[in-house]
Amino acid sequence: MKKMDLMITGVGGQGVVLASDIIGESALSAGYDVKKTDTIGMAQRGGSVVSHLRIAAKVWSPLVKEGEADLLLGFEKLEAARWSPFLRPGGVAIVNNYEQPPLSVSLGKERYPGQKEITDILSKFTDRIYIIDATRRAQELGNIRTVNMFLLGCVSVFVPLKVSLWKDGISQRLPADLRKINLTAFDLGRKEIKNVNIR
Amino acid sequence: MTNNLKLLSGNESIALGAYHAGVRVAAAYPGTPSTEILESLARFDDVYTEWSTNEKVAMEVVTGAAYCGVRAMASMKHVGLNVASDAFMAVALTGVIGGMVVISADDPGIHSSQNEQDNRYYARLAKVPMLEPADSQEAYDLMACAFDMSEKFDTPVLIRTTTRISHSKSVVNVNGKRELPDRQPRFQYNARKYVMLPAYALPRHAVIEERFARLQEYVETFPFNQITWGKYNLGIVSSGVAYQYAREIFPDASFLKLTMTWPLPCDIIRQFAAKVRQLIVIEELDPFLQENIQAMGLKVRGKEFIPRVGELNPRIIEEGSRQAGLLPKTASRTVQPAPGLPHRPPLLCPGCPHTGMFFTLSTAGQRYKLDGARGESEKEPKIIMAGDIGCYTLGVFPPLNVMDTEGCMGSGISQAQGMKRAGVKNKVVAIIGDSTFMHAGIPGLINAVYNESPITIIILDNGTTAMTGGQEHPGTGISLRGMQTQQVALENVARGIGVKHIQVIDAFDLKALQAGLKDSLDRLEVSVIIVRGPCAVRVRRRANPRAVNAEKCNQCGLCLRLGCPAIQSIDGHLSIDKVLCIGDACALCEHLCPRKAIAP
Repeated sequence: MKKMDLMITGVGGQGVVLASDIIGESALSAGYDVKKTDTIGMAQRGGSVVSHLRIAAKVWSPLVKEGEADLLLGFEKLEAARWSPFLRPGGVAIVNNYEQPPLSVSLGKERYPGQKEITDILSKFTDRIYIIDATRRAQELGNIRTVNMFLLGCVSVFVPLKVSLWKDGISQRLPADLRKINLTAFDLGRKEIKNVNIR
Repeated sequence: MTNNLKLLSGNESIALGAYHAGVRVAAAYPGTPSTEILESLARFDDVYTEWSTNEKVAMEVVTGAAYCGVRAMASMKHVGLNVASDAFMAVALTGVIGGMVVISADDPGIHSSQNEQDNRYYARLAKVPMLEPADSQEAYDLMACAFDMSEKFDTPVLIRTTTRISHSKSVVNVNGKRELPDRQPRFQYNARKYVMLPAYALPRHAVIEERFARLQEYVETFPFNQITWGKYNLGIVSSGVAYQYAREIFPDASFLKLTMTWPLPCDIIRQFAAKVRQLIVIEELDPFLQENIQAMGLKVRGKEFIPRVGELNPRIIEEGSRQAGLLPKTASRTVQPAPGLPHRPPLLCPGCPHTGMFFTLSTAGQRYKLDGARGESEKEPKIIMAGDIGCYTLGVFPPLNVMDTEGCMGSGISQAQGMKRAGVKNKVVAIIGDSTFMHAGIPGLINAVYNESPITIIILDNGTTAMTGGQEHPGTGISLRGMQTQQVALENVARGIGVKHIQVIDAFDLKALQAGLKDSLDRLEVSVIIVRGPCAVRVRRRANPRAVNAEKCNQCGLCLRLGCPAIQSIDGHLSIDKVLCIGDACALCEHLCPRKAIAP
């Protein structure tokens, strides 16, 4: 690949940073230059979280430029919509079909956008939108926390890196007792995205 | 050689670079974005590392070590250097023996701070050299260089990073290994160097002026300052992460990348300026480089089109440069922002031990009537709440609205006293966390006792430094390395200072919190309430998440006033997210619900 700019977004505590780390490590193993930058600290406390990840022969800025991301992964629908202006025309949006209403919505001060509004916002920037039931699939698998590895499996189909590199990355970053189930989630994610139609 | 390549954050690289450069003593107080430097360094056995009670203490511990000839490092966030500035100025004057490096991690854009001050001015103020890495590789490489420079010039060296350098990961070729100088630690008596009374301090000033002149010569040969020639119509001076953005936006321009940014290499800058048709500076925050280059009599632009406020990014530089006529006006398409989406600010976690006391304060002070969303209100608060710095500052947001001031570490206790002395009739409460109390709250409490100020001081004791990710402090009795150590108990400190009325209350017992607050507010003397409960992030046992019984619930919404993110209203129906809820360890909502509609 010439270059790949990724944005991974979600809500603090969902495992955004780990997912982005694993992709970055895999790209480094494949011999690419990699830069990435995450939301850390105060904003993590249940707030909107984003990780910029850039892969190329040589990377200067760690931040992805608006309108230039090749892939946007949203762990949560509202967060996917929020960061959608970063997508380049024709970029891939992979969105977990999961809502976590912000407190302002629960307090009735703001409104959570409906499914159609979310896809309408994303469609302004790309026509390659995949809505994935990752949280449900992770629940079916028996551990809801495997949702990030399931989504990583979905992403892996669009990033030209060897599958073995992703799996090595996952194995290195997770404790032994969680490896098997997370690798299964990764494989299921790869399968799932091939069967999901573009919205 | 690929196995030497690692994807490291700037902070990890600083730690590894310092380790390889032979650092022996390192001290810090946690502060975003600097915290991971010491955490990374603490993984090595043969370095002494400590969480100090505050940055000033850390600076002094490190100074003492450097006086004895060992390499030592203090790391802190930008505002931490404010706290440590007295000690920093002192060691800048005395100089060192062993290499001493001070890391200041600035926070442009205010990701997690109270301001975005530009700490490059500290290098100028203290007349010490300053280095600014532009990525993780440089952060790693500069450490050995900084320690050598410190010893050669007898001065502490300031390394300044920003959030985007400290927290970005990039590829590092880890090519060094730990090298320790073979000298033994030893203090060499030298009163004229180390005792800064007037008779000795004035001659030292002359010494550091002479030192500065030598540094000005040295910087002209500093290998990390680099010129990359491109087209000669535009020459860009830049440093740090701004350099990376600028390279991307101006692929053809000529660049002078400054890595040592104080003192400035005046000869190199002049030579560079002489060859290019127009000279610009791209830098984050203040026009530090620009004004110093202008003071050399050179014509240079920068802040005319690059904002002073907030963090830069490639797009901002592109937009500004377009307006300044440096880029063609039509090149890139305009990107529409995603419109009108609900915000998602950071919040207190589900099961946060601050929630119960905040709800109690919010109710007693009728805070829910304040319009917290805009941060201002016509209504006068019943109780004034002088706040402090930590997770609990997030209590300022609706629905709790329980924070009236927040300025700097430890400020609330003393501000509360000033408010009372101003003559307000309201009850005045100071709210501070356990780690912040240890950091800078104790002198304020001593002041309150000594000057007999009738205020209530609430210490929220969650047993950790939570906002920065959960670090130990004197109150926890655990060291940075996780070893048992002498605990400094909050109640003993308060008692020792002379506070007569001290209550310790369970953070999840609403009735006790209400009674305790009332008792304390009714007193005409200093009183302390310690609210104790573990940080939710550290609670491992998350049994029996609570759920709403739809038949019993009449949607009154009282539970929502806790501000717990696990309690959600979806299409007008209240529910509790069972993944987010921590269950038995909290259960505040269950105790609060008047219809008993919430249960495991």
